[in-house]
Amino acid sequence: MTSTDNTRKNTPGGIRARWNNLSRPQQWLALVPVVVLIYFIPVIDPPLLTTEPYTNFPIAMVHAAELAMVAIGLNVVVGQAGLLDLGYVGFFAVGAYVAALLTSKESMLHKLPYLATLPLAMVVTMLAGVLLGLPTLRLRGDYLAIVTLGFGEIVRLLATLVPALNGQVGFADVGHPPGTNADGSLIFSARDGTPWYWLVVTLIIILLLFVGNLERSRVGRAWVAIREDEDAAQIMGVPTFKFKLWAFAIGAAIGGLSGALVAGQTGFMNNQNFSVAFSVLYLAAVILGGSGNKVGVMVGAFIVSYIPDRFTNLSDRKYLIFGLFLVVLMIFRPQGLLGARQRLLARGRQAYQRLVGRGEQISSDSSVSAEGGGQA
Amino acid sequence: MTAERDADIAAEDIPAEHMSAETAQMTETERAAHFAEVAEVVAPDRDISVEFGDTLLEMRDVTMRFGGLVALDGVSFGIRRGEILGLIGPNGAGKTTCFNTMTGVYRPSAGQVLLEGNRLGRRKRYQITRLGIARTFQNIRLFGEMTALENVVVGADARHKTSVPGALLRLPRHHREEREVVERASALLEFVGIADRAAEKARNLPYGYQRRLEIARALATEPKLLCLDEPAAGFNPVEKNELMQLIRRIRDDGYTVLLIEHDMRLVMGVTDRIVVLEFGKKIAEGTPAEIRDDPAVIAAYLGVPDDGVA
Repeated sequence: MTSTDNTRKNTPGGIRARWNNLSRPQQWLALVPVVVLIYFIPVIDPPLLTTEPYTNFPIAMVHAAELAMVAIGLNVVVGQAGLLDLGYVGFFAVGAYVAALLTSKESMLHKLPYLATLPLAMVVTMLAGVLLGLPTLRLRGDYLAIVTLGFGEIVRLLATLVPALNGQVGFADVGHPPGTNADGSLIFSARDGTPWYWLVVTLIIILLLFVGNLERSRVGRAWVAIREDEDAAQIMGVPTFKFKLWAFAIGAAIGGLSGALVAGQTGFMNNQNFSVAFSVLYLAAVILGGSGNKVGVMVGAFIVSYIPDRFTNLSDRKYLIFGLFLVVLMIFRPQGLLGARQRLLARGRQAYQRLVGRGEQISSDSSVSAEGGGQA
Repeated sequence: MTAERDADIAAEDIPAEHMSAETAQMTETERAAHFAEVAEVVAPDRDISVEFGDTLLEMRDVTMRFGGLVALDGVSFGIRRGEILGLIGPNGAGKTTCFNTMTGVYRPSAGQVLLEGNRLGRRKRYQITRLGIARTFQNIRLFGEMTALENVVVGADARHKTSVPGALLRLPRHHREEREVVERASALLEFVGIADRAAEKARNLPYGYQRRLEIARALATEPKLLCLDEPAAGFNPVEKNELMQLIRRIRDDGYTVLLIEHDMRLVMGVTDRIVVLEFGKKIAEGTPAEIRDDPAVIAAYLGVPDDGVA
């Protein structure tokens, strides 16, 4: 078991070590072609990767990107701060309804330009996050999970019961960013995924920069300390409640942003999009890719979104295959595809260089969840 | 307030293989200068309103009940600034409970804990840490997924203020505080002698390193009072000696230390005064020599011979 473990770890470890030895500007430079490739994937429509003829490939890619954004938000809550949130879809729904209510012709509210609803959706969901967090973040672990599960259900039921939210009828003609092509057709339409994809990917990059800033700061350290041992964190001077609330608020805001984007991209929003199953799916993306690893959760989101789109011809059995894949992965890599990993110091490189003569962390193999099974 | 500090680490205190990469390449004199600098960075740099030798922390009639069990029964003693106070007693005597009431883990059922003459009252744990009481844990409780350096930085963060807006927008204070914490944390790792594995995850560190890391993390909060809960548990005699040196060095650097320990040789060798608890009550207080000869203490540890009971 150990020998296979080692060989398996060698390859990613090698790449990782080489990556870590690059200086910061070199890393940025190396990322440029990757980002360019990511931007042009829907245009290239690579033969093996394509989801056609079953699903329009750019649309499949938008779905993947949207889920990646959700995963980044959920990762702040679950991966970084270690708060198990089973009602994340609730925040997503709040964001989606903010966008739908303020842009759809079928809503009675005053209309705003779609792009203005994006920051607004973030603010409103952030408030929702704080409201949910204030009374519940005193709870821990399973208890918090149950309460958040309830929150997700409350939002879904409100969408059904409050007349102004139009229940199953929902809202058609949700707004979209402005602009028309040369031939007069809309740039951002429900049929063409590519412009939406570019918008979402751009927003993801901005979010990653901000979330990275938080990670490599007192805030990120406080989150990981809370995840690792909340009592010890408190005694080491971390105001745990405050930082848990921040994690909730930031996670909620990102969830709300993705909700508003999805509402705009599909152009339609009703109460059917927010069942518990979605919360679980989001969580699956995070756990699958590697809770606590930003790149990991995006990979996880891509897989969770892509596989059903790719294998639509298997129709009913696609979830069976998907489920089996998850089970197998969790048996062999409980920490997810890429294990938890974070840099928590803005000036760690120089310090490590001085202390251990090497710019980086030594051990990156381990994970949070592997502790039980992995070490036995 | 700058008391004499001759805590400059003698070069032989830290074996070369435990030094940081940079230090290992220095000459003897460079090293001595470097360690003097390290001790300077580690030394507490905050105002303490009591003078050396005066009472820094006072337990005033502290009683702690858990249901029907009285874990602490009217315990009173003071810790003087600049001393190493030992807290000893047989298993279950209430030593750790005593710790927990000081650090805010428990609130006393009756009585008060005063730091520099001010009641701790109902303050939250993180506030008590900021006020200046830091502790280590009997069963090591490090942040396993963080590197050694990051663990210490969390402690150093306790005295800082950057929150989400500052970190998100990289405001000047964030940069200043990041520079400070890393400098302080690096110095602390060198001070306790584990700098050579600064980049390793805490849970992959050897046991002795973890114990020292706990001390470094607690020191990072710049405590007025450092509480060590059985820091030598599981150590062999050589390691115990090294730990004694470290504790002395910490005190010489300007800290006040409260030490819970079972190992009598260590307690007698390193403390200035000792408080003895038994069944939640203080049965003796004094210098190590006084405690060694105190009949009540001997009785508590060795039991009272049958004919003595009558």
